[in-house]
Amino acid sequence: MGKVVPLGGNYAVAYAVKACDVDVMTAYPISPQTTIVERLSEFVANGELDAEFLHVESEHTALSVAIGAAAVGARAYSATCSQGLALMNELLYIMSAMRLPMVLTIVNRALSAPINIWNDHSDFMSVQDAGWVMMMSASNQEAYDEVIIGYRIAEDPRVLLPVITSMDGYIQSHVVEPVEVESDEDVLSFAPKRRTWYVLDPDKPVAMGSVGDPNYYYEFKRQQWEAMKEARQVFDEVVVDFAKKFGRRYSAIETYMLDDAEVAIVGMGSFMGTIKAYVDRARKEGIKVGALRVKLYRPFPADDVAKALSNVKLVGVMDRALVPGSPTGGHLHSDVIAAIKQRGLDVRTIGFIAGLGGRLLTMDNVKQMVSALIKYKDARELPKEPIFIGVRE
Amino acid sequence: MSTLTSRFEIRWHGRGGQGIVTAANLTATAAIKAGFYAQSIPTFGTERRGAPVIAYNRIDRQVIYERSPIVEPDAVVVADPHLLANPKPLVAGLKSNGYLIINTTKSVEEIRSIIGRSDVKIGVINATKLAMDVLKAPIVNTAVVGAMLAATKILPVEYAFEAVKDMFPERLVQPNIQLIKQAYELVKVE
Repeated sequence: MGKVVPLGGNYAVAYAVKACDVDVMTAYPISPQTTIVERLSEFVANGELDAEFLHVESEHTALSVAIGAAAVGARAYSATCSQGLALMNELLYIMSAMRLPMVLTIVNRALSAPINIWNDHSDFMSVQDAGWVMMMSASNQEAYDEVIIGYRIAEDPRVLLPVITSMDGYIQSHVVEPVEVESDEDVLSFAPKRRTWYVLDPDKPVAMGSVGDPNYYYEFKRQQWEAMKEARQVFDEVVVDFAKKFGRRYSAIETYMLDDAEVAIVGMGSFMGTIKAYVDRARKEGIKVGALRVKLYRPFPADDVAKALSNVKLVGVMDRALVPGSPTGGHLHSDVIAAIKQRGLDVRTIGFIAGLGGRLLTMDNVKQMVSALIKYKDARELPKEPIFIGVRE
Repeated sequence: MSTLTSRFEIRWHGRGGQGIVTAANLTATAAIKAGFYAQSIPTFGTERRGAPVIAYNRIDRQVIYERSPIVEPDAVVVADPHLLANPKPLVAGLKSNGYLIINTTKSVEEIRSIIGRSDVKIGVINATKLAMDVLKAPIVNTAVVGAMLAATKILPVEYAFEAVKDMFPERLVQPNIQLIKQAYELVKVE
């Protein structure tokens, strides 16, 4: 049993990183992520954590340093969000294709312009193609646990991919709630440091980051596809081990009252808590609504999502980032449609956009979504554009 | 144990620098120590000293899933007496039979006539004077927590002392426990 401590999401993550005995941490501060690396630098300064903490001049350098650290066999960590993540972009692709493990925490925040430090999923979703394993938590406990689970997946010899863990900025990062903090020994015995990947070693020289000409590049990419498939298998194994060790059970998706649901809301992150609370209320009024939260986003749990939704009449997919000009307007909505159609299921969907730039989701907003689902549940024609929830038109 | 039987929500009003976020954190920490589930929710804007600040608590016996804004609090705590110049936002959404606890030199009657609500209980405490006497600084956060706990009785006050021990540097522990005790005893609730 760990110790239940009141913690904001950022401090919770810092404790998990410390317990994983990270060797190299590097970051450039950016709100709302700053207090993760602030706390970590305190741990290093006061001797609680024996690690190198490199204060760098940009996020581009932060991830470059992490790549270098992982290349010599160190357990590396960084945290960022929003513009910082955007500045890391080219290194994200390099790290995943070099098959170097690390954990990077994104404290989800909107992308400029206009300048906005508040929460949505624009930053997280903008790196969905970068070849990283990606998870999104919905509570501070889960944000803490994801770091520990993350190292196990990243360093598994079948995977060797970097992992993104995430939480909602402010709504989790700065909200204090109970978190069960495990002992450093227990965490490290669950996620022991194993050098499972090729490292730079003068005695056993290898070349890293070399040119992959047309004769080789394609095979590297093909292997990344396989590694991602392995990551799903490993994720499922690791969460079972985690539940055995710490008693908290996670899965790629979390379903809520879906068994007999006629309509359902699919989404990601901490807003799903509000949606669950609304489902409880609506059920008391006899409305057959359920919810599905996607926790593991890459590799996308397409089989799980399709199966869970197979008997739902109409699904509303809530995206917290907008893709102007795309067929659905939302990353998650497009993924859910693909998962359903590939499996030949006849489940219909509509899209919701909600909570951009920190606009909070109210119970009334959830009610609007459920009302729209009920209105369209038997309709022949469905809206082709997303329904914008909580915006001034 | 405590008298908390269902969800309890608190809204804190103050100004940057008065420690409102700490008051909400302290309350959540005390509630968690008492065996409840609790959230402490700050609001963020451009953070600067003197600007009006709001924070929230949700406390329950069960796990809390909601992340939505608290719109109908059971209690409102006002750390800055000058916020009374615009009383409407202070009592907005405050439940009937709820509590308004305010740092003020005014009487319960005076406060009631300013806010125009006969359906809520009002607690008055001169927290600024207590803080100046004990801390030699107008940091009223712990005092208003003490007053709130006395008025609402959601938790035994001892859990707040334990929370102070966890959260404050050693030299500030005893003065703040003393402040909570004094405010707990001196608050007038009607």
